[in-house]
Amino acid sequence: MSFDAAYQSKTFNSVGTRPLRPDGVDKVTGRARYGADFNMPGQLVARVLRSPHAHARIRGIDTSKAEAVKGVKAIVTAADLPDLTNGNADLFAILDNCMARDKAMYDGHAVAAVAAIDEKAAKQALKLIEVDYEVLPHVVDVDAAMQTDAPVLNETVFTTGIEPAPTSPSNVTNRAEFGHGDVDAGFAKADVIVERSYKTEQTHQGYIEPHACVANCNTDGTADLWVCTQGHFVYRQNCADLLGLEVSKLRVTSSEIGGGFGGKTHVWAEPVALALSRKAGRPVKLIMSREEVFRASGPTSATSIDVKIGARKDGRITAASATLRYSSGPYPGMWAELGAMTSFACYDLDNVQTVGFEVLVNRPKVAAYRAPSAPMAAFAVESAVDELAHTLGIDAVDLRVKNAAKEGTKSSYGPVYGPIGIGPTLQAAKSHPHMSAPLGKNQGRGMACGFWFNFGGQTCTDLNINADGTVTLAVGTVDVGGSRASLSLIAAEELGIAYDDVKAVVADTATLGYNDMTDGSRGTFSSSMATISAARNAIKVMCKRAALTWDIPLEDVYWEDGHAHAAGTKHGNRAPLSVKELAAEAGNTGGPIAGHSELVADGAGVSFATHICDIEVDPETGSSRVVRYTVIQDAGKAVHPSYVEGQYQGGAAQGIGWALNEEYVYGADGRLQNPGFLDYRIPVCSDLPMIDTQILEIPNPNHPYGVRGVGETSIVPPLAAIANAVSNAVGVRMSHIPISPPRILAALDGNG
Amino acid sequence: MVDVTLWAGLRPLADDQKTLRIEATTIRELLRKLEAQYPALAGPIRNQIAVVVDGVIYRDDWSATIPEGAEVFLMRRLAGG
Amino acid sequence: MASIAVSTTINDDDVEFLCQPDETLLDVLRNRLGLMGAKEGCGTGDCGACSAIMDGRVVCSCLVLGAEAQGRTIETIEGMADGGELHPLQRKFIEHAALQCGICTPGFLIAAKALLEVNPDPSETEIRFWLAGNLCRCTGYDKIVRAVQDAAREMRGETA
Repeated sequence: MSFDAAYQSKTFNSVGTRPLRPDGVDKVTGRARYGADFNMPGQLVARVLRSPHAHARIRGIDTSKAEAVKGVKAIVTAADLPDLTNGNADLFAILDNCMARDKAMYDGHAVAAVAAIDEKAAKQALKLIEVDYEVLPHVVDVDAAMQTDAPVLNETVFTTGIEPAPTSPSNVTNRAEFGHGDVDAGFAKADVIVERSYKTEQTHQGYIEPHACVANCNTDGTADLWVCTQGHFVYRQNCADLLGLEVSKLRVTSSEIGGGFGGKTHVWAEPVALALSRKAGRPVKLIMSREEVFRASGPTSATSIDVKIGARKDGRITAASATLRYSSGPYPGMWAELGAMTSFACYDLDNVQTVGFEVLVNRPKVAAYRAPSAPMAAFAVESAVDELAHTLGIDAVDLRVKNAAKEGTKSSYGPVYGPIGIGPTLQAAKSHPHMSAPLGKNQGRGMACGFWFNFGGQTCTDLNINADGTVTLAVGTVDVGGSRASLSLIAAEELGIAYDDVKAVVADTATLGYNDMTDGSRGTFSSSMATISAARNAIKVMCKRAALTWDIPLEDVYWEDGHAHAAGTKHGNRAPLSVKELAAEAGNTGGPIAGHSELVADGAGVSFATHICDIEVDPETGSSRVVRYTVIQDAGKAVHPSYVEGQYQGGAAQGIGWALNEEYVYGADGRLQNPGFLDYRIPVCSDLPMIDTQILEIPNPNHPYGVRGVGETSIVPPLAAIANAVSNAVGVRMSHIPISPPRILAALDGNG
Repeated sequence: MVDVTLWAGLRPLADDQKTLRIEATTIRELLRKLEAQYPALAGPIRNQIAVVVDGVIYRDDWSATIPEGAEVFLMRRLAGG
Repeated sequence: MASIAVSTTINDDDVEFLCQPDETLLDVLRNRLGLMGAKEGCGTGDCGACSAIMDGRVVCSCLVLGAEAQGRTIETIEGMADGGELHPLQRKFIEHAALQCGICTPGFLIAAKALLEVNPDPSETEIRFWLAGNLCRCTGYDKIVRAVQDAAREMRGETA
């Protein structure tokens, strides 16, 4: 690969400014088209029948009465989605989750689906589908599922990662261990040891737009899918694999996406919609209701975590260990493993050991949620670090500074760090006015750090220079939070033209090469790298065209400030040629001018943040209120600072909701009790203060402009920062998230 | 020569070794040699691997060079949000 | 069920439509009239993405029956701009980066417009409680509140 991704310090003209986003007008006028805003001629309406049981064997499904309903055009069950997964367990889990086969594994698991001419007929048909269930014992709690007497969800699961291999099946799918040194020896050297168990409840990404798609299978084997997704190329691959379609014949168009946060990285309903369309021979529109979104799409893990940290009197940590149990829903996951890797990643530790257990429960299949698994681990560890600071009588920030990881530190998950930003965020926190502001009555202050890996990945971009010299940038990473604006800035910067002369669009799967999803904070990081590469390729073409125009050798042409220049005096003082001038003549100098790029954007660079928050607790009711909140995070280079701030603020708000309110509540029958925004309460405008942000810019050595991903890390510290603030306010260590009013009252009662 | 550290789940597939010494200058060469020596690693290498070279995580770019004496870890390919 | 004929005013235009007795105003707007700016985020009146103004009051159009529009005056996001001229709130939302995914934006704009019509100089707290019926999962509300404050200032004729 000739493209050099190494960071080169430069003065920016466009990058770092705050222009208006290109999709702004569409979005404020109601014209932007999301998943549910697209229709096709002759389109049918789909509805999904879902299991009312947490765990049940499906003995049979009789659809004959439903098929007889006038207007019903197709009904599908697992029989219409045969297993083509060829032993790929991950793909089989996706298939089984889309449509239950032998067993319904959770309340809300899809068992059948109907396509009809209208909603009324579809709903009527759902009522007439007869499913013969044998209800089985269920388990929804992560700790209960690990007990030896718990109902076993899958008789073929034997825990991997333990020696000797177990001889009986269990709900623990895997044990993963990380660390180095000798923790026993480290604890023996400690003057003080803190040890505590923590729990966090299951939450949902809570995107406001429910999953929606329009699927169309044609008789010639071609198919189209319009869908709200974080990764249309990945959806194409998943759907093609599950339905036995040729990848090239399935064209997936990503609509505007109404929030994803990891929850739109997984297919749920799309293969079902395609199966219905294939069977009915007509386009099918499938929109999940909010209740279905909660019951059957992407929750995060519920967790149970034990943490032990030992330190000398001077605050130096001598050993740290954690055992993390994460629920993954009914299928194996690697969520605890991620928690085990990230838990102590902020610290420089001689002796550290973390062990993660993946646990099956009768809840929806866990999906990624913004820095998946890291917030819960950070909650437990950062609570313990705070407790340690109290025990030692050392300032909470100073204790973290003393133990913070730095360049050369062997990380708790294994590798040695390059240049990292944890130290600078802690120093910024220490000197931030928030840290020294006075607190009011019943108020407490907390702070916490967070870590996330960040990814890059496969990326493909086209940059077309139009006849008028303006630029169309076609990217394949879905824009979830303003990346079209930041990528336009990047193209403008590299070409030396005005931001307004660039129009970025998200191309569909038929018009651009493969792109990984917008996940792992990769959208702007990786597509900006590809955009820089594409722009440099276009510049090469333009230099050639200038050489032709001037009839001089190519090596005498160079590019600067948006113009081709003739080098040296030997070519006279030729006026430089602008992009517009070169574009105008393109037809006579070799045809259209374009730059293409395909690359793997690796080297995203790990990311750190420190958050500070003040909470006021009402001791009468146990209710709490965030009165001040500050986010400090390293962005590498903030391309469009407004949208970097937006990521910081949005992640913090989601973390605040997780910390204080949000939780899946299950009844004794294993049914979800709160599948709606009224009872699953995400933060509303009146719950929050302004969220202050401080962007640090420590250039990423592996990106030409120093850019790092910024999307995810902001959700990692809030759970711990809030728990520490509430604990400081009430004088009792809060160890169970969400810290809802009943839990605060119980803590106060226990204390009083 | 580079020392490659395997994640715990891979060790049973490589004679229970935690660290392997391999002669390789790129990730691709490293993985090819690992697979040749320990055929049981082929599945994980194809489907679920990330390679960390001196702290930088590579998930796809197997052309990345491995400097002499670099610290190399095989990690599970991670999910993001 | 027999359809009901409804005559109403939407964004200053006389509109007639047929709808089922159990059909919501949101479904009528989206599916019968092509006004897709209102979004269904929940269908239970909790998220505000479907906000419309009916006779001067903000309503969740998912909780209003289409038949209830008879003889009323409805405003939707599609009527907020004056031809090619964006409403100050629309402009300020873009300027302040008050939207990320944008799915909640039409609802917020409708609700904020109704607020500024009854209270041209709201405090931050008043803005936050007025908008508490509209959910946003992307922004943390910070930039939304600032955009409303700035639009209110401009509409009052003050310079920032």
